[in-house]
Amino acid sequence: MSMRRIAGRLGRPVGTLCGLGLLWWGIVRLGGVPPYLLPPPGAVGRALWAQRGLLAGAAGTTLLETVLGLLLGTLGGGVLALLMMASAPVRRWMMPLVLLSQAVPVFALAPLLVLWFGFGIASKVVMAVLVIFFPITSSFFDGLRRTPPGWLDLARSMDARPGLVLLRLRLPAALPAFASGLRVAAAIAPLGAVVGEWVGASSGLGFLMQTANTRFETDLMFAALLVLATMTVLLWWGVDRALARMLYWVPDDRSD
Amino acid sequence: MAHGGRALFTGLDLTLPAGVFSVLLGSSGVGKTSLLRVIAGLDRPAAGTVAADDGAPLAGRMAWMGQRDLLQPWARVIDNVMLGDRLRGRRPDRDRAVELLRRMGLADRLTALPAELSGGMRQRVALARTLYEDRPVVLMDEPFSALDSVTRARMQDLAAETLHGRTVVLITHDPLEACRLGQEILLMAGDPVRVAGIAVPEGAVPRPADEESVLHAQGVLLRRMLDAAGP
Repeated sequence: MSMRRIAGRLGRPVGTLCGLGLLWWGIVRLGGVPPYLLPPPGAVGRALWAQRGLLAGAAGTTLLETVLGLLLGTLGGGVLALLMMASAPVRRWMMPLVLLSQAVPVFALAPLLVLWFGFGIASKVVMAVLVIFFPITSSFFDGLRRTPPGWLDLARSMDARPGLVLLRLRLPAALPAFASGLRVAAAIAPLGAVVGEWVGASSGLGFLMQTANTRFETDLMFAALLVLATMTVLLWWGVDRALARMLYWVPDDRSD
Repeated sequence: MAHGGRALFTGLDLTLPAGVFSVLLGSSGVGKTSLLRVIAGLDRPAAGTVAADDGAPLAGRMAWMGQRDLLQPWARVIDNVMLGDRLRGRRPDRDRAVELLRRMGLADRLTALPAELSGGMRQRVALARTLYEDRPVVLMDEPFSALDSVTRARMQDLAAETLHGRTVVLITHDPLEACRLGQEILLMAGDPVRVAGIAVPEGAVPRPADEESVLHAQGVLLRRMLDAAGP
């Protein structure tokens, strides 16, 4: 990638961020908003630097929970989607449960999960898994069901074994759909972890935000929010690029 | 046999000779593909049967080649050719796949991905995959209709040469293709649909496209298709 393309690609988001910062600064400056309601960008920047050790430690905890949740949720959702495809009884019994994992708000479950799995990272990992389970399972299952019929006809004319059709035809054909689910999961998994931390934890960005909030350290709270947003964007971007590389046969049009 | 609630053909009686390249000709929408799918066992007829002379079922003895190449975009050319064995859980015969691809003129593209090939090359891979199955009966659903005329003519030559001696049923809407390849030409037309045997031009297949008898037969066929289609 040439320097010019990198500059072109970074130019727009950086421009947007600068614009937002300017707007923020303008509101604080001209609107006379007290700093404990909305701290000026400079104060948040100072908090970001002064509390860098604290923020880095908290971000590390949240990142660990998020990544573990992503791995476990992807593995579990992927295996379940395959089982649902392979067996009609599994499909009939598990589909309502998958839907339920989406229908029950995780935010309502959070206190219960903290009660069951403790203040450590386990309850947050479970939260992240619950949040991503539905997008992963349903996108992969949809992909598995929508194999182009021409391929299945061909497989039938070859007297293929059903298990191998699932493994060598339906599974690779479903990977682009699976990837879409995984991208959504990467974007929302941190949300699950942070909600868990908010309810009860001893470290993590959500925990930091909550304590800063109760102490009216609004600048630190904003700094933590900034770190969380940056982490989420980077995680999404990493997952997106890794998937594009792994699914080398899928057209990936990113001219801009 | 019905399709989409409309009866396509009733009381259709069709005998296809063994060891011969048969071409089933008909205009679009006449039900050629539906008929071929019934023969292949991919669809079940509302009434009627498909039977081979020896009484044994056709399943396991036929290979299928469709209008689209149906290559797996994630698999290399050689793996696409060996797809049948990979889906049956048998050990793929790599040497034979390489040999077939060599005959298709693709010896240097073994590890290419389908996206790196032209339409004609992709269809040659599909033909190699069909031949790899090594079945006595080969059913082909307009396999060359999406190709340009030069590539199509080359594919016809290649198919006639490599499928020689097998029982082939190829369906097409192209009278010239029928006249070049058919050792037996059957015209599907009318409402209700009837199948009629057509006089076959002399000469061994693949017949040259510029030969007098081929051109004449093509004209006759086109005239009959026009008449059957009505005003």
